[in-house]
Amino acid sequence: MVNIYNTKINKDTGVNTNNDKTIKVLSFVLDDQEYGIDINYITTVIENDYSITRVPGTPKFIKGVINLRGDIVPIMELRNKLKLPPVEDTIDTKVIVVDFNEVLLGIKVDKVNEVIEIPKSSFEPLSSISDDENLEYYQGISKVGDKIIILIDIEKIIEI
Amino acid sequence: MNSEMNTNKYLEVFIEEATENLQNLNQALLELENNPEEEVINSIFRIAHTLKGMSATMGFTKMSKLTHRMEDVFQEVRNNKIKLDSDKIDILFNSLDALESYLKNIVNHGFEGEEEYDHIIEALESFKNKKEEFTHVTKEETPFTKEQSQITKLNIYEVDVIKKAYEMNLKTYYITVNLDKGCVLKSARAYIIFQVLEKYSEIIRTEPPVEDIEDEKFEFSFSVLIISKYPAESLHKELMSVAEVESINITELTKENTVLDTENTALISRGAKKQEPKGNNFQSIKTKDSTIKGGIGIKDKYAEKIKANTIKTVRVDIQKLDVLLNLVGELIIQKSRLEELYDGKNQAYQEAVQYLERIITSLHEAIMKVRMVPIETVFNRFPRMVRDLSKKLNKEIELNMSGEETELDRTIIDEIGEPIVHLLRNSIDHGIENPEERLAKGKSRKGHVDLKAYQEGNNVIIEVADDGEGINIEKVKQKAIEKGMVTFDEASNMSKNEVINLLFKPGMSTAKVISDISGRGVGLDVVKTKIESLGGAVEVESEIGVGTRFIIKLPLTLAMIQALLVYVGGERYAIPLGSIMKIVKIKSEEIKLVQKREVIFLNDSIVPLIRLNKVLECPNESENGNIITAVVINKGGKLFALAVDSLIGQQEIVIKNLGKYLAGLKFISGGTILGDGNVALILDINYIAAS
Repeated sequence: MVNIYNTKINKDTGVNTNNDKTIKVLSFVLDDQEYGIDINYITTVIENDYSITRVPGTPKFIKGVINLRGDIVPIMELRNKLKLPPVEDTIDTKVIVVDFNEVLLGIKVDKVNEVIEIPKSSFEPLSSISDDENLEYYQGISKVGDKIIILIDIEKIIEI
Repeated sequence: MNSEMNTNKYLEVFIEEATENLQNLNQALLELENNPEEEVINSIFRIAHTLKGMSATMGFTKMSKLTHRMEDVFQEVRNNKIKLDSDKIDILFNSLDALESYLKNIVNHGFEGEEEYDHIIEALESFKNKKEEFTHVTKEETPFTKEQSQITKLNIYEVDVIKKAYEMNLKTYYITVNLDKGCVLKSARAYIIFQVLEKYSEIIRTEPPVEDIEDEKFEFSFSVLIISKYPAESLHKELMSVAEVESINITELTKENTVLDTENTALISRGAKKQEPKGNNFQSIKTKDSTIKGGIGIKDKYAEKIKANTIKTVRVDIQKLDVLLNLVGELIIQKSRLEELYDGKNQAYQEAVQYLERIITSLHEAIMKVRMVPIETVFNRFPRMVRDLSKKLNKEIELNMSGEETELDRTIIDEIGEPIVHLLRNSIDHGIENPEERLAKGKSRKGHVDLKAYQEGNNVIIEVADDGEGINIEKVKQKAIEKGMVTFDEASNMSKNEVINLLFKPGMSTAKVISDISGRGVGLDVVKTKIESLGGAVEVESEIGVGTRFIIKLPLTLAMIQALLVYVGGERYAIPLGSIMKIVKIKSEEIKLVQKREVIFLNDSIVPLIRLNKVLECPNESENGNIITAVVINKGGKLFALAVDSLIGQQEIVIKNLGKYLAGLKFISGGTILGDGNVALILDINYIAAS
C-alpha cells in the first residue's frame, strides 16, 4: 500500500488550498490517455493485490468490495465505467481510493503517474473539441507541457 | 477568530444542555396540567430561568426573550397572581415548540433564525395583564411576612453543631444573599461568596443544597447557616464587597430567639424579619472534616456520604463509543485469524487464544452496556404528542407508559422513535373511538393506549396497545380488493393473520377519512421496513371491538450477530443465525415442482426451495452432486429453504455496512470481515423472503 504522500491528505487543511489559482491533481493513465483527479478527494492509492468479494446485483463496472483497513470499500473498474476495452492487470495497475462526501470508492486504473499542479485557468471544457459519450464525467482538459490531461469529475463518477 | 472558536466549543454544550432543559420543560408542563403542584411550578420557573441565562450568554436574544416572558409568567403563577388553565398551558406548549424550533435552527445553522413568535410573546404577556381574580393554583400557603417564622428544618447533626457553638460561645448566623438580578454566572458568584464565608466561618448548611447552587438551580438568592466567631457587621462588610451582590441579610440565631428542637429537628427563629425559603426539608450540609476557623470540630459522616454520591458520571460523545466498538470488532476479527492459524498441536497456543476470546467477549459486553440508553429518551415526547392528538381529534385518551428504563443500543434508540410515533398515531386515529361512540358500546369514555417496553432474552419488546375498535378484517379485505392487491377469491381464502399482514403492504389505509394524522396509507409499511432494517420484526394482534396490539421485537444490539457462514457458488456468505430454523440435506429426487417452482417437503409442509447461486447470480456453478444442503429459514411463520454448496460454520460476525456507494442493494444487508481479512456478504433474509 502506498500513500501518494507520506501522510494522508488532510481535506480540511487541504494541501493545495494555499493557492486557489492552481489545482493539484494526481495523474493516471487509462487506455494510453492521461487523466487527473483532484488530490483533495484522494484518500490513498493502493496496489492491485487485494482480494475482492463480488457483490451480486451491482453494475458490471463494480468489481466488488475489499477490506481496506477495516472499512469495506467498493472497487470500480474505470475502464468499464468509461466503456473502454478491458485489459489484463499488470504490475502497474493501481487503485485510487477517493472519498467524496463520505462516499468511499476505489477506482482501478492502468497506471498512476504523479501529482502535478495545474493552473485552473488552463482548463478548457471538453465539449468544444470532443463528442465523447463520457463527457459528463470530465470537468475539463488541460495541456501540461507536452501532455494532455483530462480532469475527472469525481462527483459524476460517484453518482449511481 | 479565537472567540468564535470558543463560542463553537460552548455551542455544543449549549445545544446539549438546552435539549435536556427543553425535554424537562416538556415533562414539567405535562405534569403541570395534571398536577399543578408548587414543586412543578418551581421547576418550570427554574428551567425557564436557566434557558434564559444560557441563551442570553450565547447571544440568542430571541430565545432569551421568549424564555424571559415564560419566566415572568411563572413568577406570577408562583405568586398566585395567575391561574393556569388548559388554554394557557396550550400557549406555554406553543412557547416550548417555538423554543424547540429555535434550538433546531441553532443545531442546523448555528443561529436561532428570524422568527420572533410575537403572537406567543403577546399571549404570554396577556396572562399578566388579565390577572384574573385571585385563585390559588396550589395548596393554600401562609405568606411569610409574619414576625415569627420557621427558618428551616435541620437534621440532628446540624442541631448538634449549633448547640456546640452555643457552648463554645460562637455565633450562629442565618445569612440570605441576594444577587444582582443581572447576574449571569450565578454559580460562579455563589462560589466566590462561599470562599469568603469559608474564610471567616464554618458553613453548616445551604439552601438550596450546594449541588443545586453549583448547577444554578436557584433564583437570585440563597441562604446559608454558618457558625463564626466574627460579628455580623464584619461579615456583612466582607460579603458586600463581592461584586454583583445586591443585598445581604444577616440574622443571628441566639439562644434567646431560637428554639432548637431535637425531637423534630426543627429550628424556630423568632423575630427574624427577612424572607426565607419555604420550609422544605433540605438535607444538605457542608462541613469540613474537623478543624474550622470558627473553632468547632465536628466530623459529619452524613455529609461526607452525600458528597461521595455526587459527580460520578461522565458524558461521552457517542462517536467515541463507536470507535471503541469498532476496535473490539477488529479484535474479534484478529482473534478468528489466530484461531485459523492453530496447527492443531500446540496446546498452550489454543489455551491462550481461548483466554483471549473470553476477554474479548467481556470487553464487548462491557462496551455494549455503555452504549445502552434507556428508551425513556424516546418515550419522553409521547405524552405531549398524545395530548395534542387527542385534543385535535376530540378524543379522550389516556397514555400509560411502562418500562421506560428498558435499555437499547444507542443506534436503535435513534431510529425507533419514528415507527413508534406511527403506531401511536395509528392507535389514536384509527383505533380509539370517539367518546360518544365508546359510551354507546359500553366502554369507558376515555380510550386507553398502553406503551410498554421490556426485555425478553436477547430482544427488547415494545408494545403499543389500544382498547379501541380493533382491526375490521372484512373492511381490510374489501380495501385490498378495491386496490387490486388481492382478488376476491384470494381474499375469501385468506386467514385472519394473512389479512392483517396486508396492512403492512404499501398503499393500504382503511381510515374512512384521510386525516393529517395518519391514513395516508404510508404508515404501516414504513414501520415494517424500518423495524426490519434494524433487525427486528413487528406483529399485530387484534380483536374486533376490543382493541389492537402491535408488538415490535428488536435485537438488543446491532453491531454484532451470530451467523452461519456458507459457500454458495464458491463464494462465502453469512446468514444471520436468528432466522435459521434448521439445516436439511435433501436428495435431488426429493425436490418437486409446484407451478414450475421447486419445493421440498418438510414435516408434511411444502417449503419453497430457493437456489441461492441463481438468486445471487454466482458466476460459478454449484457442485452439489446428488445431495443438496439447504438452510431452512423461518421468517414470520413463512418457511423457505435456501440451497447452498456447503456449510462453513457458525461465527460471531461484526456487521459493517458496504458504504454509501452501495446503499440500497437487494439481497445483501451488509458485509463482514472474516479472519483471513476477506469480506463476506451478509444475506438480507427479509428481502429474499419477500421475493
